[in-house]
Amino acid sequence: MSFTKTAWKNIRRSPYQALAAISIMTLTFLAISFFTFLLAGSSKVIDYFESKPQVTAFFKNEAKPEDITALQSQLQATGKVASVKFVSKEDALKIYREQNKDDPLLLDLVTADVLPSSFEISTIKIEDLSNISNTLTKSPLVSEVVYQKDVVSTLSAWTSAIRKIGITLIVLLSLVSMFIMVTIIGIKISQKKEDIEIMKLIGATNWYIRWPFLFEGIVYGIVGAVIGWAIATAGLLYATPFLETFLKGIPVLPVSYLQLLILLGLEALLAAILGIVSSYLAVLRYLK
Amino acid sequence: MIKLDKVSKKFGTGTFGLLDVSLVVEKGEFVFLVGSTGAGKTTIFRILIRDVLPTEGTVVVNDWDVVHLPKNKISSLRKKVGFVFQDLKLLLDRTIFENVALPLEVTGVKIEETAKTVEDVLAQVGLLEHKDKFPVQLSGGELQRAAIARALVLSPDILLADEPTGNLDAATSWEIVKLLSDINKKGTTVVMATHNADIVKSLGKRVIHLEKGKIVDDQVHHSHANPHKDQNSEEHEEKSEEKKLSEAKSSSAGEKKEEKSSSTGEDKKE
Repeated sequence: MSFTKTAWKNIRRSPYQALAAISIMTLTFLAISFFTFLLAGSSKVIDYFESKPQVTAFFKNEAKPEDITALQSQLQATGKVASVKFVSKEDALKIYREQNKDDPLLLDLVTADVLPSSFEISTIKIEDLSNISNTLTKSPLVSEVVYQKDVVSTLSAWTSAIRKIGITLIVLLSLVSMFIMVTIIGIKISQKKEDIEIMKLIGATNWYIRWPFLFEGIVYGIVGAVIGWAIATAGLLYATPFLETFLKGIPVLPVSYLQLLILLGLEALLAAILGIVSSYLAVLRYLK
Repeated sequence: MIKLDKVSKKFGTGTFGLLDVSLVVEKGEFVFLVGSTGAGKTTIFRILIRDVLPTEGTVVVNDWDVVHLPKNKISSLRKKVGFVFQDLKLLLDRTIFENVALPLEVTGVKIEETAKTVEDVLAQVGLLEHKDKFPVQLSGGELQRAAIARALVLSPDILLADEPTGNLDAATSWEIVKLLSDINKKGTTVVMATHNADIVKSLGKRVIHLEKGKIVDDQVHHSHANPHKDQNSEEHEEKSEEKKLSEAKSSSAGEKKEEKSSSTGEDKKE
């Protein structure tokens, strides 16, 4: 195709302009990828906490099994509870041993007697957490109530802040990259004004003139998107081992390659749209 | 083939580039357009390829109503009318071959398929051996041929040549005119703007004489016919004009452009 050849020549002959266009696109898509990872990750973390037993009630040693069963039925009768799981002293010991299997000293110290039995309760709606926790606190069987409302609400607040910052930043960067692209393509059109005039005089159609510029915009967009995505993905893969340790069993990582490729595809599409819109604006502005 | 009916062109400055010009050029004719700079030769050409629109009048080229031609048909018109520009308008970053191939390229013909056509045309103008050179490597006469080759490559029905001998010595000028004459013999209508009186007189073709945007004379000049008095004085004028031109050329290009457009008011391209 002759317009691809023309576009390639245009790119090659002004490498700094091409570099500027690709850099700003890279930056934009780096930000898009980064915030996509962050938002996807944090929403998974929230999902995890939301689906986990959100209230843990530890029973006093003197609590009788039939009282505990009665309490369980009472909780289920409210209709707000998704599940109630009884963890006996022996179960608790198992969990404890599992968590501390690398530390024999700690294992020796603890027996099933020391550990309390407990209920792990999750609610259908996160708002009902405090209600349930109040009920449990009042019960004479319960010695202590721990619930993760704080964790979830803090996370939710953070996620919504990240989303706002991310969207603002991405919109701003997209606008800036569009302005830069319009300027760069505009400069290129101005530089070739004479050539364009000659081609028009010998019978070139407007689209024949426009296509190379539009194609150039698409190329800048897609190259920038691929580089931005590659940097963000490489960073993510590199950080995966550390993050896995940090997140301790929360199933956020590793991200599947399919999802990464889908992200790349969407970004490339967005980049092509961004590129073609910017160059079309430039063409409208500078080619009459 | 070409028909201008009461065509006037008024420029933004208020001066008339053309005033009430009517003329008909039949298919296969060879016509000279003469007159001093600013007489309106280039303006007629630019109107014919719809580079500018006339203020009044109707223009018909090849059954096309040029004035009312829809925008998307302009490129079709320009492909049917070969134009040798006064300033040639060759692309300096392309070889002669690529320059001549350009009209084919913009038509959407693949480069590989154009090679034969381009080489034929280059052979016709005698430039085949220079096809891979760039414009800066060629002489004035060769560049003129290249421009003619580019105008011919789409086999147009009409060839417009604007001062194709303007910057050339007498011998080279004759070669160019001979080339145009050969092209005409193959059936292409040729309109050539010039102020080279020698060529006009000796070729014995139809001559349209423009002065200040009006046709002052339109007749066939027979070879060896005695030029009447007016012609002589005109010739004299032309010479002084040429002198001025070379003077202007020695000064800077920018100055030249400015002086031209202000003094002629006709055409920035001159």
